[in-house]
Amino acid sequence: MEKIYLDNAATTPVAREVLDAMMPYFSEKYGNASSIHSFGTEAKEALEDAREKIANKLNANPYEIVFTSGGTESNNLALKGAALSNRKKGNHIITTKIEHGSVLKPCKWLEKLGFDVSYLDVDEYGLVDPENFENSIRDETIMVSVIHGNNEIGTIQDIDEIGKIAREKEIYFHIDACQSFTKTGINVETQNLDMVTINSHKIYGPKGIGALYIREGVKVDPLIHGGGHERKLRAGTENIPGIVGFAKAAEITTPGDVEKMRELRDYLIKRIINEIPNSNLIGHPQKRLCNNANFTFKFIEGESMLMLLDQAGICVSTGSACSSHALKPSHVLLATGIPPEDAHGSLRLSPGKYNTLEEMDYTVVNLKKIVGRLRELSPFK
Amino acid sequence: MYSEKVIDHFTNPRNAGELKNPDGVGLAGNPVCGDVMKITIKVRKENCKDFIDDVKFKTMGCAAAIATSSMVTELAKGKTINDAMKITRIDISDALCGLPQVKMHCSNLAADALNEAIYDYMSKRNLTIPDDLESRHKKTIKETEGTGHKHDDADAPVDECG
Ligand SMILES: Cc1ncc(COP(=O)(O)O)c(C=O)c1O
Repeated sequence: MEKIYLDNAATTPVAREVLDAMMPYFSEKYGNASSIHSFGTEAKEALEDAREKIANKLNANPYEIVFTSGGTESNNLALKGAALSNRKKGNHIITTKIEHGSVLKPCKWLEKLGFDVSYLDVDEYGLVDPENFENSIRDETIMVSVIHGNNEIGTIQDIDEIGKIAREKEIYFHIDACQSFTKTGINVETQNLDMVTINSHKIYGPKGIGALYIREGVKVDPLIHGGGHERKLRAGTENIPGIVGFAKAAEITTPGDVEKMRELRDYLIKRIINEIPNSNLIGHPQKRLCNNANFTFKFIEGESMLMLLDQAGICVSTGSACSSHALKPSHVLLATGIPPEDAHGSLRLSPGKYNTLEEMDYTVVNLKKIVGRLRELSPFK
Repeated sequence: MYSEKVIDHFTNPRNAGELKNPDGVGLAGNPVCGDVMKITIKVRKENCKDFIDDVKFKTMGCAAAIATSSMVTELAKGKTINDAMKITRIDISDALCGLPQVKMHCSNLAADALNEAIYDYMSKRNLTIPDDLESRHKKTIKETEGTGHKHDDADAPVDECG
């Protein structure tokens, strides 16, 4: 059976071109970028070339890119690093109720250290109200951290507005752009961004590599101490194959890829909403990631849908509690005001650039059958 | 994560549906928590004993919820109501070759729904309800109304796969 992978928001396969670019750096060009000899120089060149490519994608200076082990580490560095480094200024941090765990958990940890965190509400589409953000700013506010494209519901925040306010009020602005990087424009200058989290495995690059853009002059304490790598902000011998792969992945993305994903997404949304009764799109109808389609199906539960789809070779994800370890549905779905009983019936389909329209057809046909079958079993109508 | 037996009962559930004119109806679970089970039974009298002649289930829930519902109907069918009310969550999970720890509450629900159906039957017939069954009934009702199953906001789960 051919499998259909519709979980590209969780991770993507490594593109052929990316793998080819990485290979020599495992076996032949294995130097340590800190070494002075030719092997080291070769690695250092690859490292700086990659830094430049990543910086270009954000309209940043190469110097402002710090490579890390991925989105989780970048978010930790941004939140904890900036909070700890700016304690003199204040103890207040602003974020939202729909962040990824790698922002929420550092915030919870900072609260234990005495920081005060405001979690901004979102509307039914998952959008933060910039005015609400402005009103929550205090004299002690150090930074605001906002998820740019939401990994669950796909909503893209209006960061231009938030950036303007943050700059005016002189507080740092961090975005978690793991989902949006290369999918929607990010410009650190015009959007007034001070820190940007990005990673590689969502864009057809390898896992375990990412970066944090840190604007020159923004004060951040390192979390990992050791050698003087990465502007002394992230010690440890650089993962050159990963970094080369990450840069290659960023380099090869085209507007055509984005267009293709959007087409697949819109096709899925249209057919599912039209053909499956009591199905609803979650997130914003327009301001959404090109690879995110997320629905609730009434009267049934997400994990059982996911498992039957998997049996049909279709791989998706759900925000239902039954798929997690706690008995509560996703905090993101609940923040948008979806009742818990509906949130349990959520399903995220995330197409990627290697999917086809035929696969979407196969998916819709099977999803229809599966929803029907589970509703047949359900005591609700 | 699931045993083959669980997958089998989830994929090909036994006794799915709802009996017409049932002698007892049992409900357990809460939509807010993502799983609700409804069990209907028909009871036959033989040699002064009440046997569960037929039993069907309807369930909204995860794979484990569906598999445990299916299994509890298999275990209960043909048993006397006295024996059926002794079916525990351990019996159900054992019969399914085990359940992941986080899914044990599904097994609980299945046993509760069956007990509720038996309770309903016995109270309609004015039969003497054993203390055990009475106290389980009270607990199940509480949970079904959503008061017994509080969630803690402070420890919201966090998506671990992207
Ligand atoms: C929005 C968001 N932030 C952070 C992460 C974590 O990134 P990583 O898996 O590279 O640690 C992910 C995905 O995994 C994500 O979707």
